[in-house]
Amino acid sequence: MIRPSARRIWGLMYRHLVLYRGSWPRLLELAYWPTLTLFIWGFTASFFASRVGNTGAVLSGMLLAGVLLWEITLRSQMGVAISFLEEIWSRNLGHVFVSPLRPWELLAALIGMSVVRMTIGVLPAVLLAWALYAYNLFALGPVLILFALNLMAMGWWVSLGVVSLILRHGAGAEALAWSVLFALIPFSAVYYPVSVLPAAVRPVALALPSAHVFEGMRAALEHGTIAWGHMAWATGLNAAWLGAAAVLFMVEFRGARERGALLTIGE
Amino acid sequence: MDAIIASGLTKRYGKTLAVDAIDFSVAAGQTVGLLGGNGAGKTTTIAMLLGLLIPTAGSIRILGHDMARDRFAALARMNFSSPYVALPQRLTVAENLRVYAHLYDVRHAGRRIAELAGQLDLTDLLNRPAGQLSAGQKTRVALAKALINRPEVLLLDEPTASLDPDTGDWVRSWLERYRSESGCTILLASHNMAEVDRLCSHVLMMKRGRIVDRGSPAELLTRYGRDDLEQVFLDIARDRVREAAL
Repeated sequence: MIRPSARRIWGLMYRHLVLYRGSWPRLLELAYWPTLTLFIWGFTASFFASRVGNTGAVLSGMLLAGVLLWEITLRSQMGVAISFLEEIWSRNLGHVFVSPLRPWELLAALIGMSVVRMTIGVLPAVLLAWALYAYNLFALGPVLILFALNLMAMGWWVSLGVVSLILRHGAGAEALAWSVLFALIPFSAVYYPVSVLPAAVRPVALALPSAHVFEGMRAALEHGTIAWGHMAWATGLNAAWLGAAAVLFMVEFRGARERGALLTIGE
Repeated sequence: MDAIIASGLTKRYGKTLAVDAIDFSVAAGQTVGLLGGNGAGKTTTIAMLLGLLIPTAGSIRILGHDMARDRFAALARMNFSSPYVALPQRLTVAENLRVYAHLYDVRHAGRRIAELAGQLDLTDLLNRPAGQLSAGQKTRVALAKALINRPEVLLLDEPTASLDPDTGDWVRSWLERYRSESGCTILLASHNMAEVDRLCSHVLMMKRGRIVDRGSPAELLTRYGRDDLEQVFLDIARDRVREAAL
């Protein structure tokens, strides 16, 4: 059972990977925004550091870590959603869905592509941060793995929600693939602690795994400690949100099969 | 043994009844034509057979598998081709076929692709992007994709639509040969009556979601007192049906 599934998952990933292998503009596009964002915030952070001294250096470190880690979420989310949209744009969904590819295998392939896209997109920015601003994200230590995994997982469940909306509303909902995560930035406490937010909004922030990851990031940078409580919350929330998003996807997938939307989704 | 059995198959979209409780079966190794005008329910029927569309009522069994409960087992043993569903245009022919070889869990994919390329005259096209092919070449690639897993059941939706007569004839000859060599069961939706007459041993005539007549092409011609299937099709489409048939 595992081998045929693995082959089908690889088949769909291969379909996307050959697109990148043969197209340098596509590869460039993956790294373009993370790199550009890093340039802007990197110079801003350097400016703060030069004006405020040691405190500014700590703050600029938090800023750069926030920028780079948030890109992990954003690129993971877009990796899933855009790979799915590629199937719609190429009018290929009909063939994919009449193959023996199970829905969970489709999701696994999209998540696999999101990891590839995120790595190609974010790694150059991480290296540039080190080269240009002497900022080493890996200095966060092994806890960086926990941060990255949780932020990727958040990107995946958000994109599952987006894919579900596309299944319900068709290609008209595709703009959400680019925009939906930006609406969560204010509540994700990327650049400031949750305590800065108005009390009424804090529960929203604390319901997001990203807010816990960024609280953990600040604890690591400021005090050199691992905020295990926040990590536990982030992991638990991700599991809950992923479960809910998977149920939503299956409901919408079945709904699309009932409405005939799989035949007309690109129109 | 029947390869396809549809019982009471119904699809309703709100108040619109797209397919109205149709029953039919296709014996293993048979080629059956699914005919009807635009909006007759052919594509909806094929979509339900493929599991793309959940029926409102009724059941489908393909190769013994209940499509409501076990559709992936059936899908692994069948395939589909339609000029209206594209293959990724930027991928080469070989890359496209490799993708589907993986999706259908085909062992020795390279060997199978080379074999199909030889049979369908695609060898020189393997490294060309699918988007740069002519309509006839795309049809041959779509057929190669549809045969990649050596399907026991093949659903073809207007396989020769938009092809010139020469290429259309080539495809029909090829399908005839393939069917006799492989014993594959084929359900063919088409508007080309000459094609249906040539390839199909049995015909299902659909109109407004119902099967309004069925039989071998010869039986239909006799029943309607016509010389060719096109005239039978027009009789049915224009409601000159029953007095001719009865």
